[in-house]
Amino acid sequence: MSRIKTLQALFKRYRRPGDIVFAWIALAVAVFLLSQIFAQTAYKPNGKLFAQPRFWPAVSLIGMTGFAAFHLLGSMLSERIEGRWTEVWLWVCSFEFAFWFVAYAAIVPWAGYLPSTIVFALLLTIRAGYRSRIILISATASAIGIVLLFKAFLQVKLPAGQVYEVLPDGLRQLMLTYF
Amino acid sequence: MEDLIAGAEMLARWDVVVALLVGSIGGVIIGAIPGVGPAVAIAILLPATFSLDPIVGLTMLLGIYGSSMYGGAIPAVLINTPGTAVNALTSYDGYPMTQNGEAHRAVSLAYSASFWGGIFGILCLILLSPVLAWIAPMFGSREIFLAALLGIILVIIAHRGQIFAAGMLAMFGIFLQTIGLDAVTYTQRYTFGLTFLSSGINLIVVVLGLFALSQAFFLLTTPDSSPEAKPVTGRMMAGFRELLKHKRVATVASGFGVILGMIPGTGEFTAQFMSYTYAQKTSKNPDDFGKGSPEGLIASEAANNAVPAAAMIPLLALGIPGEALTAMMLSVFYVHNVIPGPQLFQNNIDLVYGLYIALILLNVIVMIFLLFSTNLLTKIIRVPTRFLGVLILILSFVGVYSLRNSLTDCMIAAGFGVLGLVLKRLNLPIVPIILGMVLGGIMEVKLRSALPRLKTPLDMIDRPIAAILFALIVMVVVLHIRTLIKEYRAHLPEEDHDLHDSQTR
Repeated sequence: MSRIKTLQALFKRYRRPGDIVFAWIALAVAVFLLSQIFAQTAYKPNGKLFAQPRFWPAVSLIGMTGFAAFHLLGSMLSERIEGRWTEVWLWVCSFEFAFWFVAYAAIVPWAGYLPSTIVFALLLTIRAGYRSRIILISATASAIGIVLLFKAFLQVKLPAGQVYEVLPDGLRQLMLTYF
Repeated sequence: MEDLIAGAEMLARWDVVVALLVGSIGGVIIGAIPGVGPAVAIAILLPATFSLDPIVGLTMLLGIYGSSMYGGAIPAVLINTPGTAVNALTSYDGYPMTQNGEAHRAVSLAYSASFWGGIFGILCLILLSPVLAWIAPMFGSREIFLAALLGIILVIIAHRGQIFAAGMLAMFGIFLQTIGLDAVTYTQRYTFGLTFLSSGINLIVVVLGLFALSQAFFLLTTPDSSPEAKPVTGRMMAGFRELLKHKRVATVASGFGVILGMIPGTGEFTAQFMSYTYAQKTSKNPDDFGKGSPEGLIASEAANNAVPAAAMIPLLALGIPGEALTAMMLSVFYVHNVIPGPQLFQNNIDLVYGLYIALILLNVIVMIFLLFSTNLLTKIIRVPTRFLGVLILILSFVGVYSLRNSLTDCMIAAGFGVLGLVLKRLNLPIVPIILGMVLGGIMEVKLRSALPRLKTPLDMIDRPIAAILFALIVMVVVLHIRTLIKEYRAHLPEEDHDLHDSQTR
């Protein structure tokens, strides 16, 4: 851990590579959203200004655009930090795991919570670079543990898998209720 | 007294006891693992608690919140990596003590100081209750609006050096809560003709994306590591004896924790720093600070553990959360139609006292657990970080999907997960988005309900508390500008630090 010596320093956050890219994107998003204010919100004649449905979106987006512009200005005037595009590439790479997550969510209602979770845990563990038997067994055990805790014990509202319908009667009921 | 007994009765149920045990022990474990943190755990468990009674759900979440800092001290002391962001200063003196072969002394002192701070905070909360019950009804719509506005301003200016980014993110949060069908005029706002946006962006989905999924993505996209913590030998109770020699430092630090915990923004950080500075300035051995001073360790741990109880004050009395964790808890209240705020002290005082007692109990449970299980926790710390990322991803699914069984929610959460990752990588704060969403919603509702009674804008501040709040807002802004000017004139050297790198956990 590096040390801080003053109260002011405690509150400071320092720029990291890629800051200017984020600043540009943020400003573009803010400007785009603000440009849609008339199309996407309504104005009620005879209504008070503060009670208008447009009031808070306008306040927030004007504020967001202003702050985003100053943030960009700050980034532009600051010294360039090496590694900008390496950092941006890492952001892009994170989309892969976002897709993993959405794919997992899409498969559960079809393949069932328990089988999907075990398969997902194993595949993602391998994708994360692990090959040792202990970690793979741990991943499987963790997947089963999570399903038992949330679905069987806490009865969290999750859909039963469509594939469970092909199971024999007794087992089907058990799987539909607890897994 | 009757209310206190009624509160105790509320807790005398097996499900509350189980929730308290799971929350407090789970919180310690979560806090001890660098890379998880209470925000991730609370975000994941939040939807699961919706089906439970308010007292059960809140007890569990409160357990995690109140106990995670105890666990967070272990890696801070043993491996120089704070388990939770607010244990950062603990490593300043805790780790040098470990290097000097005093790991046992450091850990037991950290536990004792945490317990002292935790109990002190709750006692203050209990003693302040009658005052809160008296003041809270004086808060009408305009006072709550001004208090929420003050909260937003404090959160923005607390991020000095990144104020524009914090302001932009807070405004983004306020904007997010406006999306969907306006509840009063029934007009669409920023739905772009998409049906799923009509019901708005769910706070829990955003919380899960920004805190839990982003942490999973963060761990999965960075190199794998497995922290190595050596076992600790010796009696953990030994720290109490040493703590009593420094009870002045522990009490003052806890006091800082209570006072600053009530203020939205970065309560724990400021409280820790001010306590640490106080301890150093009043110590007989100021040169030992940073080299393994027990007073430094006590100051840091007592201060951060006094904060959770204090942070409950604005939440319970006014319905205004000061940071992300209490903002998440607010949603549990809303789901059960228990609205925190002035009425809570009049209508549900037994629930309030029940929560106070739960806070005391969780501190006792955690202390007992830690006395026997510190070495077990040193093994748990070793979980490889990427594997942790896999587990957080799987757990996040339960949180998001169990809300409404919606794939769209999962996609939105994944999107916020990527945004959270970018913010974490850039050392930008996530909390302003969440507080913007929560406080923005409060401001909109309260301003609307205050409007019929306002003839001129000055009527907004014609009541004593409203005038005080307005004066505070002006003072905070003026003081901030004054500090900026002073700093600019002093030409303070730029000095990078990584204290906030883990703040978003």
